Amino acid sequence: MRYLPLTETDRRDMLHAIGARSVDELFKDVPACARLSSKIAGLPDHQGELEVERAFQAYAAKNLSPASVPFFVGAGAYRHHVPSTVDYVIQRGEFLTSYTPYQPEITQGTLQYLFEFQTQVTLLAGMEVANASMYDGSTAASEAVLMANRITRRHKALLSGGLHPQYRRVIETTARWEGFSAASGKADPLGLEDLIARVDKDTSCVVVQNPSFFGHVRDFSRLADACHAAGALLIVVVTEVVSLGLLKPPGEMGADIVVCEGQSIGNGLGFGGPYVGLFATREKYLRQMPGRLVGETVDAEGKRGFVLTLSTREQHIRREKATSNICTNAGLCALAFTVHLTLLGEAGFRRLAELNHAKACELAERVAAVPGVSLLNDSFFNEFTVRLAKPAAAVVEALASKRILAGVPVSRLIPDDPEVDNLLLLAVTETATEHGMAPLVAALKEVL
Amino acid sequence: MVQSFDRSQGRVGVAAAAAPASEATFTGNRGLQIEEPLIFELGQSGRCGVDLPEPPKVKDRLNGLRRTGEIGLPGLSEPQVVQHYTRLSQKNYAIDMGVYSLGSCTMKHNPRLNEKVARLPGIGDLHPLQPVSTVQGALEVIDSLAHWLKTLTGMPAVAMSPAAGAHGEMCGMMAVAAALEAKGERGQRKVVLAPESAHGTNPATAAALGFTVKPIPANERGRVDLLALKAALGPANGSEVAAIMLTNPNTCGLFENDIIEIAQAVHAAGAYFYCDGANFNAIVGRVRPGDLGVDCMHINLHKTFSTPHGGGGPGAGPVVLSAALASHAPYPWIVRDGEGWRIAEEGREIAGTPIGRLKAFHGQMGMFTRALAYIMSHGADGLRQASADAVLSANYVMASLKDVMSPAFDGPCMHEALFDDSFLKDTGVSTLDFAKAMIDEGYHPMTMYFPLVVHGALLIEPTESQAKEDLDLFIAALRSLAERAKGGQSADAFKAAPRFAPRRRLDETLAARKPVLRWRPSNRPPEDDPLKQAAE
Repeated sequence: MRYLPLTETDRRDMLHAIGARSVDELFKDVPACARLSSKIAGLPDHQGELEVERAFQAYAAKNLSPASVPFFVGAGAYRHHVPSTVDYVIQRGEFLTSYTPYQPEITQGTLQYLFEFQTQVTLLAGMEVANASMYDGSTAASEAVLMANRITRRHKALLSGGLHPQYRRVIETTARWEGFSAASGKADPLGLEDLIARVDKDTSCVVVQNPSFFGHVRDFSRLADACHAAGALLIVVVTEVVSLGLLKPPGEMGADIVVCEGQSIGNGLGFGGPYVGLFATREKYLRQMPGRLVGETVDAEGKRGFVLTLSTREQHIRREKATSNICTNAGLCALAFTVHLTLLGEAGFRRLAELNHAKACELAERVAAVPGVSLLNDSFFNEFTVRLAKPAAAVVEALASKRILAGVPVSRLIPDDPEVDNLLLLAVTETATEHGMAPLVAALKEVL
Repeated sequence: MVQSFDRSQGRVGVAAAAAPASEATFTGNRGLQIEEPLIFELGQSGRCGVDLPEPPKVKDRLNGLRRTGEIGLPGLSEPQVVQHYTRLSQKNYAIDMGVYSLGSCTMKHNPRLNEKVARLPGIGDLHPLQPVSTVQGALEVIDSLAHWLKTLTGMPAVAMSPAAGAHGEMCGMMAVAAALEAKGERGQRKVVLAPESAHGTNPATAAALGFTVKPIPANERGRVDLLALKAALGPANGSEVAAIMLTNPNTCGLFENDIIEIAQAVHAAGAYFYCDGANFNAIVGRVRPGDLGVDCMHINLHKTFSTPHGGGGPGAGPVVLSAALASHAPYPWIVRDGEGWRIAEEGREIAGTPIGRLKAFHGQMGMFTRALAYIMSHGADGLRQASADAVLSANYVMASLKDVMSPAFDGPCMHEALFDDSFLKDTGVSTLDFAKAMIDEGYHPMTMYFPLVVHGALLIEPTESQAKEDLDLFIAALRSLAERAKGGQSADAFKAAPRFAPRRRLDETLAARKPVLRWRPSNRPPEDDPLKQAAE
């Protein structure tokens, strides 16, 4: 067994040193009736690297890789080009195989990149402080609502109909079992809902998404004012973080908490995870924040260094009084994010955003010219909604059989609303080319 | 005074006073330990680490919400980025470098094959929402891993979507709440029992779900005090108990030998048994938690099945469920359907009463592929051998150190060896000092001051990944430190440790008192031309 260094001689010598006759003797505290005397039946034995790799190649062959086909799928996860440097850095063993920086003297590498990450997140969001990452955007959104409930001591969250339906479900699940109310607006494909009228003195927070699930770009400044007048917080969710290269940041709209899915920067699609949640807020709410925080300090020689800080908020110190039960976060995905964003820098990040938007504008125009397709959005970043003359799920299946991955039918995420059956979300990133757009437009003409 | 150049400040200064002049260097570097500024101190506008084409000119559709003003991101070229993060990496200790004895965290070898298969085209690049017909292989991976997890634990169902151990705890305890609700007992059963030795996540999870946490004391053997537990489950208040959250093997590295009696008492009282599976790695292939009466247990794939810890995540925390809780598993469910697989979402596609959804999409796929590759590489025989070697190594460490350090409990341990600080009594050396001195010997310290039930705890988990020669050197180093500490007169040297790490001890009080959580331009001094200053 290539991963196990002990030889039979080692094992004998070690048992001798311990004073035990067999390994089984070391398991004597296990009740005899539960001790298995031999390996579990019905499971295969160990395999070499070659065999395991072949098995995974066989799994891969049963999937359609986005790299090989026209691809316009988004809805909260986006296909961007990730520079080779990112994967090189995150595969360095010193990053890959270390753990939470509990011993800061020998984990300055992790602590410093997390400090850089926190700074980058505050800059993108236009906020004052950020934590060292969350599991993903959806769980970060749920934690944001819990935080707003703690701050306002209220128990009623208001969820926009433009929020990603799965994010909504995650918040509703938390609400159901942790005991607060989460009132969801009806799905809002046209981006016309008025949330201001629904904010009242019991509202702890309003959760909106920008661009919305349907792609609309909105200014929430007035909503922020209305929230603050009512003593509520505004939480802005961003599922496509690249949009922050081009759009007014939520912090400038008056958001109190900003959460983002950071996958687009540095992290591949990976069939849905692991991703990285970004979480930023105002300095005055710092001590109600969930998750780990890295802070600057000095060492015994006066040199600058970094440590985990304010951990009195966290479960390993506060136990049942903690702000969250979170322990592990998304360290390596945060590193991928930070390295990619560092490669991009100010100029690259802005250009990446411009490129996404320009390509999306181009496709929107071309698709809207297809008979049987109408564009719902007056505004969007790199994803928009079209209404088709037929149910979108069937159209997407038909195009998949032509090896075109043509976006997400809204009915996949909102299954019980006949009004959305014909709606299709199309996402366009810098990876889209003429070789992808032309076949999509042609196939839509054919199918509709 | 020795002149030095500080790259982060971009100026020449004098060497920090605490370092002896003989050790000072102009750059502040010490050989291969290179001082590295923040990216924000390195960037220059006009530099970029990517080449992107000029975007075509379009009339924008941004609703007048274009960002005005600078974001403030620094510009670095690709070689600078590679050097920066390579230098940072060299300030970290890692499993790849040697014994990483951090107890309870299971820092075992991370095979690189797992990284390779997770990145294969057709696996690593799939979109979670592309048509189900185009991801059948991916669903088969999830189903295969689910099959292994169910078989290894002897449990009938598994919820795959939780993102980490603590998230899995949330999932399992929500399922308990759902089962109680189905029986009309949720309002009445508000108490969760948790041993004093529990991970902090257990009480935090229970409290978040509105349960009151009642601690159960440990007995003198480091196990749950069975009498206290039975009293808590007795006729007087047993009807108020929703569940027990128990780690097994426990955080003292011991198997709860009364486990079956505990499970029976819990069930007899009408409550559920949540097992914290953080230490499942000690018993894989040798004990099935299902045979012990467990109702739900999360499995930290980054511990037991060796997906990389990555500096603190990402993890994955699938939860195995008993028949009593299976119908409450959160969606999505991966369902075998005739020839293929489908993803069942929400109530209408699922026969059961799921607790809801815990995260967007279908779970930590990248962790699933790595864990499955690890499991397939080991096989049923190798997994059983791995847990045996982990337990053997921990007992070997315990036996080899018991005369110079102070084991917290008698008898064999499971996968980790727990010591208290009585061997340091009257030496002036604390558990913290001892741990910091290990750094100078080239080791990542053990877990300190946890579990809380042992004074000044030192929890050592060697894992199965270390060769005997490496364990022997590790043991010899610890013996030497213990003897030095007991020899007296060395407390100051221990307090000064670590001396050879990239940083000396850091001022954590300062960090908490005046939190600086981000770099700000105002941190940069007004002087702006480092080369000119160096010339002066």
